[in-house]
Amino acid sequence: MHIHPLEKRWAAISLLLVGTLGGLIVYTAVAMSIHPPSNVEAIDSTRLHLTPEFSEENLGVKREKDGTVVARVVMARFMVVPHEITVPAGVPIVLRVATPDVVHGLHVAGTNIGTQVVPGYVSQVRTTIDFASVARIGVRNADGSVTVPLFCNEFCGLGHQSMWGRVIVTPK
Amino acid sequence: MSAATSPGDFRRPDTLALAHMWVAFSLFAVGTLLGLYQLLERAGMVPASARTYYGSMTLHGVVEAFVLTTFFIVGFGYFVTATSLGRAVRWPRLAWIGFGTMLLGTVVAALSIVSGNASVLYTFYPPQIAHWTFYAGAALLLVGSIPWIVITLAMQVRWKKENPGRPIPLSQFGMASCAILWAWTMVGVVVEVVFQLLPASIGLTQTIDVGLARALFAWTLHPIVYFWLIPAYVGLYTIVPKAAGGYLFSDEMGRIVFVMLLVFSLPIGLHHVFVDPEQAAGWKLAHALGTFLVALPTLLTGFTVTASLETAGRLRGGRNLFGWIRTLPWGEPVALGGILAVVTLLPGGFGGLVNASYAMDAMVHNTQWITAHFHLIFGGTAVTVYFAIAYYLWPRLTGRALYSRRMAAAQLWLWFSGMLALTLPWHYLGILWMPRRIAWAPFDPQIVARWRPYSLAMLVGGTMLVLSGLMFVANLLLTHRNRNAAADREMVYAETMEPVVSVPALLNGFTTWNWLLVVLMAMAWAYPIGQFFFMDVHKTLVWGVK
Ligand SMILES: [Cu+2]
Ligand SMILES: [Cu+2]
Repeated sequence: MHIHPLEKRWAAISLLLVGTLGGLIVYTAVAMSIHPPSNVEAIDSTRLHLTPEFSEENLGVKREKDGTVVARVVMARFMVVPHEITVPAGVPIVLRVATPDVVHGLHVAGTNIGTQVVPGYVSQVRTTIDFASVARIGVRNADGSVTVPLFCNEFCGLGHQSMWGRVIVTPK
Repeated sequence: MSAATSPGDFRRPDTLALAHMWVAFSLFAVGTLLGLYQLLERAGMVPASARTYYGSMTLHGVVEAFVLTTFFIVGFGYFVTATSLGRAVRWPRLAWIGFGTMLLGTVVAALSIVSGNASVLYTFYPPQIAHWTFYAGAALLLVGSIPWIVITLAMQVRWKKENPGRPIPLSQFGMASCAILWAWTMVGVVVEVVFQLLPASIGLTQTIDVGLARALFAWTLHPIVYFWLIPAYVGLYTIVPKAAGGYLFSDEMGRIVFVMLLVFSLPIGLHHVFVDPEQAAGWKLAHALGTFLVALPTLLTGFTVTASLETAGRLRGGRNLFGWIRTLPWGEPVALGGILAVVTLLPGGFGGLVNASYAMDAMVHNTQWITAHFHLIFGGTAVTVYFAIAYYLWPRLTGRALYSRRMAAAQLWLWFSGMLALTLPWHYLGILWMPRRIAWAPFDPQIVARWRPYSLAMLVGGTMLVLSGLMFVANLLLTHRNRNAAADREMVYAETMEPVVSVPALLNGFTTWNWLLVVLMAMAWAYPIGQFFFMDVHKTLVWGVK
């Protein structure tokens, strides 16, 4: 067995690099609780419209009793319901998304909101939108708010490209 | 150490290798044309049609990711095993039956896609279900590759018995790790296809457990990338240094790398479902850390291959710290391919680290960044080495000199620059949130206008790649009819700087590593897969694709 000293040194550097990157991820996950959306919450997608939470009148943005802002969205081939939602920047918001049919993806430009939407499960994203970053790429409205697109980013059938909506972000 | 083998030494599987590789490369060329069509369609330069676009995209993905790879790897694998161990392929009839099965599967799946009944893309995520012929074709392609696994390992076992204490040649050691990896890898997708997708597609079941299917597919989805990459690494370690006129820097490090690729790339597939709602954060984090480990063998490979190239540059008169780079044989296609592949590994590996970064993935997940990333790492690194290997093998397989070395070198440069021209703007489109897999962009003009210049730049890269692909196939084709005979048909592998006399048993076989994998795979997947059998799952209705 023979490993060149240079190779040993490079292996040590590589380990250090990989260890640092892995360490950073564990740190941000544990100390700052930055996680991808992973709430493992089952729902019967074939009866989605009959559940109290995702029935038509309950969709859209609501302020819950404890003050948190919750946006409920249904993604169905090939539309986003409601097509437009208005959320405030600078405060913690919760997005709850479900689908009655196939797998979709939800991605809001200018934000870190990104999740798969899988039939049988509720996807949940908690975040705080930074107004400056949506303002950089969105359309400015007369009232000072900014509109950014919301895309379906998982292939869901021949109409996939037509499946999108808008998020209007109001400044704090 | 490396025994040179000529076609007459034993029944060298030249025809077997050629048959596999011709299927691989001819369909590869067709696939690049489909890719260009998709770029043109997205740029609005040909009439838009979602049916044609997604059909084309499905065929492009299936051909480049499954057909090119599997046929190339199996053909190359037989040749490497036979020439490394110095004996004919065992059970040659079984090998040909495997070839026929794979070919049949390819034809069936291709017809299914072309008929418009299987536009589910090459990832075929349920509950969208294609026509059953699509899954049947895919299953045949998989099953047809099993004889190669069996033959590769059986030949190695017999050789070891007859050569006690001798190190298995590195080229064979690498291909054996690839065969074992492939056996482990296909388990997930085979279970998904046989127990979930086929029954749903023939109407036996009306509902499907989507969470389970996604977990099984994720089992396969990461290591399959290493199934494609290991043969390229075998080329980088055992062929490129030879063609460059140098020596392999270290044989042992190569073995360690192949073992790591096998062991680390399997238990980490959950990174493909980082933003899925049906898997918990803790499991995702565990797989994320494993994903960083798999960067290790690639970092080591970058070093060893560069050091091997340095030996070549110095033997050719290169001095000083960087002088050896100038004296590398830049006109030698095999060496050039190796060099360009290693260079491409840098940006490709960087993108991979971003994707692997757990929560950061949400920013790029399913955007154009992802497609750009795997085109760069697969098309840029792996396929470039496939080209280099083909340039090395074709004179040896056909007995004819390569039709044109200059055309080969030009082709490799064109591929390299075309790949960068294609994928750099493509990555940026992903950062601008452009979703992947869209036939056109019917969004607010504000955002679409931002994308436009980069989409046009991609068109330049795509055109270069198509041209390069056609040059490659033409060169191989013309080699068959070349009047000049090959200088020699001997198959030789790179020699090591210091001869390898003996290696520890752990680096001369896979038994221990397979047992370790049993443990690691159980740890990594028992819960993420098992949860669907005890949690309150609601199955989902099956959806057609038309
Ligand atoms: Cu979609
Ligand atoms: Cu992966």
